[in-house]
Amino acid sequence: MPETFDAIVVGAGPAGNSAALTLAREGLNVLQLERGEYPGSKNVQGAILYANALEQLIPDFRDEAPLERHIVEQRVWMLTEKSHVGTHYRSDDFNEERPNRYTIIRAQFDKWFSSQVKDAGALVICETTVTGLIRDSRGKVVGVTTDREGGEIFADVVVLADGVNALVSQKAGLRGELKPDQVALAVKETHYLPRDVIDQRFNIKGDEGVVIEAAGTITAGMLGTAFLYTNGESISVGVGCIVSDFAGSDISPYDLLERFKEHPSVRPLLADAELKEYAAHLIPEGGYKAVPQVAGDGWLVAGDAGQFVNSLHREGSNMAMTTGHLAALTIAELKREGRPMTAANLSTYRKRLEDSYVLKDLKKYRDLPTVLHKNKQFVTAYPELLSQAADTWFRVDGVDKRTKERSILRNFRRGRGLIGLVGDAYKMARAFR
Amino acid sequence: MNIVVCIKQVPDSAQIRVHPVTNTIMRQGVPTIINPYDLFALEEALCLRDRFGGTVTVITMGPPMADTSLRKALAYGADRAVLLTDRFFAGSDTLATSFALSQGISRLAAEAPVDIVFTGKQTIDGDTAQVGPGIAKRLNLHQLTYVEHIDSLDLEAREITVRRRAEGGVQVLKTGLPCLITMLEGTNSIRFASMDDMFRAARTRLDKWSAKDAGVEDMQKCGLRGSPTVVKKVFAPSPRTEKAKIIDIAGLEPAQIADAAIETLFEANPELHEDLRAFASGA
Repeated sequence: MPETFDAIVVGAGPAGNSAALTLAREGLNVLQLERGEYPGSKNVQGAILYANALEQLIPDFRDEAPLERHIVEQRVWMLTEKSHVGTHYRSDDFNEERPNRYTIIRAQFDKWFSSQVKDAGALVICETTVTGLIRDSRGKVVGVTTDREGGEIFADVVVLADGVNALVSQKAGLRGELKPDQVALAVKETHYLPRDVIDQRFNIKGDEGVVIEAAGTITAGMLGTAFLYTNGESISVGVGCIVSDFAGSDISPYDLLERFKEHPSVRPLLADAELKEYAAHLIPEGGYKAVPQVAGDGWLVAGDAGQFVNSLHREGSNMAMTTGHLAALTIAELKREGRPMTAANLSTYRKRLEDSYVLKDLKKYRDLPTVLHKNKQFVTAYPELLSQAADTWFRVDGVDKRTKERSILRNFRRGRGLIGLVGDAYKMARAFR
Repeated sequence: MNIVVCIKQVPDSAQIRVHPVTNTIMRQGVPTIINPYDLFALEEALCLRDRFGGTVTVITMGPPMADTSLRKALAYGADRAVLLTDRFFAGSDTLATSFALSQGISRLAAEAPVDIVFTGKQTIDGDTAQVGPGIAKRLNLHQLTYVEHIDSLDLEAREITVRRRAEGGVQVLKTGLPCLITMLEGTNSIRFASMDDMFRAARTRLDKWSAKDAGVEDMQKCGLRGSPTVVKKVFAPSPRTEKAKIIDIAGLEPAQIADAAIETLFEANPELHEDLRAFASGA
C-alpha cells in the first residue's frame, strides 16, 4: 500500500523548510524529501540571513538558531586592479535588540531550521532523490517517484522547492532548461581566522560583523560581483559571474576568486587565514522575466526553482522563505475549504506573490539584468574612471583644483563620450525605476 | 534468530579540524557518521536476518545526538534501536564502554535470547579494537575477531563457521552460539534502503536507556570513574625538520648513481659509515 500525504515538499533548503513548516503547523500531513545526507549538506550560499522573512515564521529564532555575526557595517566597493572606490555604511543602530541581517553557515543553519520543521510534525526523509512526478489520467500531479525501491509516494499537492537547477520540474516538463544568461556561477571559500583577529581586522567586537560587496574590473569584463563576509571564526570570500560570460571567457571561476583574494584591498583581510572549505553554486539572476509558471495542477514552485532572486540587492534566501511560506498558505487555505488542488485553485499563489515584496521587487528591476548584460561598461569603464577621478581628486601635487576638475570631466567624456554618459545614466535610471 | 549490532557515532574524520593554536580536536560543527567499520557488521547482520529470519537490534552508547546514527541504521533495515545515554557514561574508555554495552545487551537478552553480537573491527576515532572482545569476555560469548566471511550457520546445531583473517593466513573457525563477531572491512557493502525502510526509520521510536534502565547497579564501573585509561595529552605530530635530499643523476652510469646514493647516506649518517666499515673488516 503506497504512502499518501496531504502534501509533499521536494527539497530542504529555505523554501522547502518554510513550506513544510507552515504546512505542518496548519495541520497537514506533510512529507519532505531531501537528497542530501542531512538538510543543509548540499546547500551553498554566501551567506547572509535577512531576519525579516524568517521572523514571519519563527519570531524568536534568535534564541536558538546558529547565527555567526549580525551585520553592523556594509561596504560596497568598485574595484580596479589596484584600487577600490566605495561607500561604507556603519551604524550603531544595527546593534539593535533584533538585528536585521546576520552572517550564517548554511550547513548548520539549515540543520537547525529542519529541526523546527520536524518539531512541527512534518516527516522529513533525507538521502532520497525525487526522480519524477506522478500524474493522474487528467495530467494532475498526484505524487512523486524517488530513487529508492518502492519509491512511489502520493499526495494531493507537491511543492517543488528543488533549488536553482529545478531538475524535477524541468524533467516533468513544467519549465525549460536554465538559460546561461539567466544564471550566475559563484564560487566561494571559507577561511579560518581566530575570532579576535577578525575583530581587530574589521574593527568590530562581540557578534558584530562586516560585509563587503565588490564589483568592477575584478570580474574581467564579465557581469558579476565578489563578496567577503565575516563569520564568527571564519571569513567567506567568493565571486560570481553570469554563466554565458564565463563561457565566452578563458578565465575560470577559481582564477577569478584568486585574483580577488590577491587584490591589494582584500589580501590584508585574509592574511594568515587557513582555507577550510570551498564550494560552488548557481544563482538564478534572470529576474522577473525569468520567473517560470509558479503553479499548476497539483504543484507549486518556491525558492530558487522559481528564480526568486533579487540579484541587485543580493536577496534570495529570504525570498525562498517567503515564497515557501506563501505556497504553503495557498495550499492550507484550499485544504481548509475542502477545495481540490487544481491549477485554477492554486493560481491564487501567483496573486500572493505579486502582493508581496517578492514579485514587486523583481518587477521593479525587471529590465536590470538585460541592461547590465548588454552594457558591460558598468563593470569595466566606470570603475576605472571612478578610480582615476578619486586619484586626481585626493592627490596633492601642486595642480590647481579647477584643472583637476576639468581633467576628471575630460576623462569621463573620453571614456564614454557625452552621449554615452547621458545614455548610461538614462539606462540605469530606467532599470532602477 | 536475534542479532545485536553495536555501532558508534564518530566524527567524520575526513572533515575533522585541529585547532591551530591549542592543537586540540575541534568537534564543533564536524559532521558525525556511523563508524564505517560498523556498517560491515550491520550489513552482515541484516543478511543473516534476511536468510534465517529474526530481528536485528542496533545499540550504541553516546550522547542524545547519537540517535541520528541509530535512525540511519534503522533506515538500512535494522528492526530496533537502543540508545544508552546517561551522564554516568560520560568519559568512558574501552573498559567502561564494553561494560555499558554488555549491560544493555544483557537487558535485551533478558527479553529474548541473543544469538550473535556483531561489532566492527574497530572505530576510526579510537582505533583500539578492544570494545568487541571486551563485550565477549563480559558476556561469556565465543569470540570471532577480524571475520571476513561467514561460511555457514546452523541454527539447529547452533554452530557457526567463519573465515578469520589472521597474520600469515586465513583461519577457518567453527564455534557454538551465542558468539560475538567483529567484522573486517570490505567484506560486503551496505544496502540502499527501500522507501518503506526510510519511512519506518523516520517513524520508529528509539529506546533510550539510562544506566539504571540498562540494569547497571555499580555506577563505579561506568564513565570516567570506571575508566582506568587516562588521556594525558593530545598533540599533532610536529612535522619533520630534515628535508629529502635530491641527487642529480643526469648523465650518470648506474654504478655512479649507486655511489652517489651511498655517499649521501653516509654524509647524513657518519656513524653508519663507521659501523659498516667495522662490520666489513670483520671487527
